[in-house]
Amino acid sequence: MKHTISVLLQNKPGVLSRVTGLFSGRGFNIESLSVAETLDSTISCLTLVTSGDNAIIEQITKQLHKLIDVIKVTDISESEYVEREMVLIRVKAEASTRAEVLRVIDIFRGKVVDVSPKTYTVELTGSASKIQAVIDILRPIGIKEIVRTGTIAMARAPKK
Amino acid sequence: MEKLKGSIAIIKCLKEEGVKTIFGFPGGAVIDLYDDLYDSDITHVLVRHEQGAVHAADGFARVTGEVGVALLTSGPGATNGVTAIATAYMDSIPLVILTGQVPTPLIGNDAFQEVDIVGITRPCTKHNYLVSKAEDLVPTIREAFHIARTGRPGPVLIDLPKDIVASMVDFDEKKPIRMQNYQPTYEPHMGQIEKACKEILKAKRPVLYVGGGVILSDSNEELTELANKLKIPVTMTLMGLGGFPGRNDLSMGMLGMHGSYTANMAVAKSDLLIAVGARFDDRVTGRVDAFAPHAKIIHIDIDPTSISKNVAVDIPIVADCKHALIAMNNWFTTCGHNLEEVAATHAPWLETIADWTTKHPMAYLNEGEIIKPQYVVEKLDELTNGDAIITTEVGQNQMWAAQFYKFSKPRRLVTSGGLGTMGYGLPAAIGAKMAFPDAMVIDVAGDGSIQMNIQELATAKQYKCPVKICLLNNNYLGMVRQWQELFYDKRYAATVMEVTPDFVALAEAYGAVGLRATKTSEVESVIKEALSIDNVVLMDFRIAREEGVFPMVPAGKATTEMLLV
Repeated sequence: MKHTISVLLQNKPGVLSRVTGLFSGRGFNIESLSVAETLDSTISCLTLVTSGDNAIIEQITKQLHKLIDVIKVTDISESEYVEREMVLIRVKAEASTRAEVLRVIDIFRGKVVDVSPKTYTVELTGSASKIQAVIDILRPIGIKEIVRTGTIAMARAPKK
Repeated sequence: MEKLKGSIAIIKCLKEEGVKTIFGFPGGAVIDLYDDLYDSDITHVLVRHEQGAVHAADGFARVTGEVGVALLTSGPGATNGVTAIATAYMDSIPLVILTGQVPTPLIGNDAFQEVDIVGITRPCTKHNYLVSKAEDLVPTIREAFHIARTGRPGPVLIDLPKDIVASMVDFDEKKPIRMQNYQPTYEPHMGQIEKACKEILKAKRPVLYVGGGVILSDSNEELTELANKLKIPVTMTLMGLGGFPGRNDLSMGMLGMHGSYTANMAVAKSDLLIAVGARFDDRVTGRVDAFAPHAKIIHIDIDPTSISKNVAVDIPIVADCKHALIAMNNWFTTCGHNLEEVAATHAPWLETIADWTTKHPMAYLNEGEIIKPQYVVEKLDELTNGDAIITTEVGQNQMWAAQFYKFSKPRRLVTSGGLGTMGYGLPAAIGAKMAFPDAMVIDVAGDGSIQMNIQELATAKQYKCPVKICLLNNNYLGMVRQWQELFYDKRYAATVMEVTPDFVALAEAYGAVGLRATKTSEVESVIKEALSIDNVVLMDFRIAREEGVFPMVPAGKATTEMLLV
């Protein structure tokens, strides 16, 4: 099963390689990974998506926690959470398809961020499945290039 | 705040941590540090190979419980230390390894003797640092010692660029270290302790399965109290030997691949396995699904990742073994049950265990004047009262030492368990002897392993470390040969040492004493002579060449499927 794990770590050189080294060294799998500074510039937040049975996920969270530079590990997929991914897609936009591309992007609430005589570059955010849906629809029209971020995620705030 | 030269500050930090002896090998990148060590009262032991330096620091740490310190230069100096760092990591030994690094402006330029040792050692250290700013130097060293010795101990490496060591750095007063991100759990959860104790009261066939955690946490007395009070039989892993007195009636010796018949049967038939500071290593469990199949499992370990990693656990207790065992002993004292009655209910279980031992004791076949390695270790045990510090190399020699030397106290067996590093025993013996000059320190060795760090004979001589080497010489890489004999149709591929040195002459070349025994009747007098000589002594025992280590559980089999003598 897929799990989204959020890790707070010291913002220091080499910390990311401690995390990725742990995954490769112990044969755990990383499906996506995204990392950036938090409000406190000495701390980074890393979101990673991994998969495995409960025993594996338990080992992953324990092993992550064991790294000295790791401050906090949360399996946020254990409760309600919001996750987002972003994609930049350069899609063929010739006379015959320009309008079609715009319509599709509009439906998925994306926007055009760069225009050339033969292409649009569009930006979209959403869950991994939404991004995949856009890609599937634009593919027959002609995707020239694509760049996706990893997933970032946050637990939902308590409602009470 | 004081301003000091980096190298002076490092030495001051070492002294602050109580370091009196370090092991190392100089080079260009650490020459400043060596220059100031020259004036300090810290004893520096110059080894002959950097692997030896880290193994010696490791041996020092294992026998004292203190943090061992090694000092290596950059590049090849540091990489030569890697095997020994990984050795310490696998066995959770507290070390601080200082490595020189090229000056900061040259880092990343493929400078002379530059290597990314922090990158290389990331997976085999508990933590490591590259000190990139002068103001970080002192806090880093202090934090490194804190991390090395607390929680589950381990080696910590600090990479020291030459320009930082030579620059002026801040040196402020040492304050207690608090790390937001590193707070090991020492105290057990009392609810879990109570659950565990209640299970122990109910158990009919309990077994204590004891690992290196008991040694590292110095909780052998608490463990012995628990076992004696409730009459629970004890088996130890290789790393746990000495955690419970080997001559106590409740001791079943070692378990696992080369464990005793009794220990493996007891685990297989037990209804409650109490794991204390052990990690369910594959050499212990054999086929995991057949390991302790009828038992509930209690697991005490300070490292949460050890729990339910290989075997699912019923009652996990994350704590320092000593704290957990004290809590359990207290619980039993105040629980209101008559403990003698509880202990008495284990009598049938102890009888079954005694029967197993009678039927299949640790044994070997006597072959008259052909020297049996087990006999040599037995004699060693007898003539030193089970009280010497025994280091080992790796392979058959190590297993015979573990099986036939009855360790009476903790920190007496110094052996590479997890990594299984050949060449460990001699430098580790030097480290142990530097720590306890009055102790009898004996390296039980094989002719394959000893040659991996034989150069350290010179170190032993230079520092007047009269360690003894008990060489079980069979002209084979014996353990691999044994596997080839049993599982590979006796095809002895690359395990025959067709050329070996004359070890007696070799010892003499280093200024040590060489003795040789070729017959069983000579063994005792050779050991007695070696023990009485105030010099490094190498005893060359020409043993039965194709003797095997038994019992043996073939890899991947259940631990009850033992090959016996």
